Amino acid sequence: MSKPITRISSNAPVFEDNDPQEDLITLNIGPTHPATHGVFQNVVQIDGERIVGGVSTIGYIHRAFEKIAEHRPYYQITPLTDRLNYCSSPINNMGWHMTVEKLLDIEIPKRVQYMRVIVMELARIADHIICNGILGVDTGAFSGFLYVMQEREFIYEIYEEICGARLTTNIGRIGGFERDFNDVAFEKIREFLVRFPPVLKEFQELFDRNRIFIERTSNVAAVTPEQALDYSWSGPILRATGVDYDVRAHSPYCSYEEFDFDIPVGTNGDVYDRFMVRNEEMWQSMRIIEQALEKIEKEPKGVFHADVPAFYLPPKEQVYTNMEALIYHFKIVMGEWDAPKEEVYQAVEGANGELGFYLISDGGRTPYRLHFRRPSFINYQMFAPMSSGMLISDAIINMSSLNVIAGELDA
Amino acid sequence: MDKLTNQLVISKLQATFGDKVYNFSEPKGLLTLETDRETIIDLLMLIKEDEFMQFIYLTDITAVHYPELEKEYAVVYHVHSLIHNVRIRIKVFITASDPRIPTASFLWNGANWMERETYDFFGIQFEGHPDLRRILNMDDLGVFPMRKEYPLEDPNRVDKKDFYFGR
Repeated sequence: MSKPITRISSNAPVFEDNDPQEDLITLNIGPTHPATHGVFQNVVQIDGERIVGGVSTIGYIHRAFEKIAEHRPYYQITPLTDRLNYCSSPINNMGWHMTVEKLLDIEIPKRVQYMRVIVMELARIADHIICNGILGVDTGAFSGFLYVMQEREFIYEIYEEICGARLTTNIGRIGGFERDFNDVAFEKIREFLVRFPPVLKEFQELFDRNRIFIERTSNVAAVTPEQALDYSWSGPILRATGVDYDVRAHSPYCSYEEFDFDIPVGTNGDVYDRFMVRNEEMWQSMRIIEQALEKIEKEPKGVFHADVPAFYLPPKEQVYTNMEALIYHFKIVMGEWDAPKEEVYQAVEGANGELGFYLISDGGRTPYRLHFRRPSFINYQMFAPMSSGMLISDAIINMSSLNVIAGELDA
Repeated sequence: MDKLTNQLVISKLQATFGDKVYNFSEPKGLLTLETDRETIIDLLMLIKEDEFMQFIYLTDITAVHYPELEKEYAVVYHVHSLIHNVRIRIKVFITASDPRIPTASFLWNGANWMERETYDFFGIQFEGHPDLRRILNMDDLGVFPMRKEYPLEDPNRVDKKDFYFGR
């Protein structure tokens, strides 16, 4: 017997009651997800494409650096700092050396300070290249990323000339550098100053007036200065909101007060402002490197460490022939140096913000306590609260523009 | 505008809190002082909201474990007055049997994760914290790993002990 089917009009609701379209969906973004560039997990509740609420889970690559540091002599902590923000490890290395030098009251020669400035600004450029390049990728523009990545490769070549390593650099020692910059290094730094500006200009032109990019990023994740300060933000993302806080200018270290550079600030605090602030910071870093190279010319040649034999390892050939050098070598390697019982806080302007080292010494071979104030950890805190109400795709470019580095987040 | 000096901060705090703030020192020029847990929130609120001092930026919260002291844990706050560019370090010592301290997370939203991290590693109970869970370690760790009694390596290993080096 035939039964006529009921035809459903295309607009009729599929479910009369208990419509699943009204329910929220819980979605796990991460821990490993191609859009998050690292190990981040966010459990979000979504209504369609809009995020209603979320929780960030962090700690997937926690390596207990603070605990390890309590069991290592001071010079063995430098490789740990490499692995905090691994996109700009020289800044972390220098920050750690400066912390210990502050504790030990070591005066660093001007030439060494300028060398450090060069290395740190190169690292800042390398870090901002990645962040802005990836932001381009996440908004759908892959080509910019590839153009600038070549220049990051060149910066890594400069690191190689200076210290032999590329990513986890371990540059320098407490008291200066382990060796002088060679001629090739200086040559490459000068070459970088010539070849990078046109590339950066081209990169910038791809984006800053690009209609698609502007509409994709402007007014996305806008943050007011009050909110940013409330969440203890620092670095480029704080400056994008309009607060001109930069550790290099506020509490100058490494003679930054002698350099002429501007602090770019944004007005809106959105993703577009963060992109522009980082771009402008790269130009300012170039200016600083240029000035540093000029200043180095005027300093006596061949000085690459402070004259502190009790804290700086003597040259190896002297260790075999010279009694004093042997004693100092032994004492330094065994951690037998006289550290005062004191506590210091030293902050440097990392690529993501204020990177602080809180060091408590009890006079022993190892720090009694070492705490890293990690900008990524503190900056990332607002991500989940600020994401509610956002589209998923906006939250993803928001995350790229925060430039959270998993190593620094989890320590 | 007058410049904010460490001496000025000390006199302002002593005018309000009297002998509740003590042990002032300036290691490397950074004003360090101690207070107790009943006073800490009032103190943070005062220095944050004082129109002249304006310590509006919370740099960091962490803790230190001193097993040999009577009050074993020091909770350390670093606060920064951006307008004067003055930093201040405030310590609160609390006992191991009663490791409680009021939360600062309603003064600064940024304190939320810093306090969670401190709880995670030291077991400091921040009272009134909206979400005091472990943050970096796994939830079922069961210990607070930055306390000095938890060894990093094999505790029977003696070749790294300081007494071999004349200390």
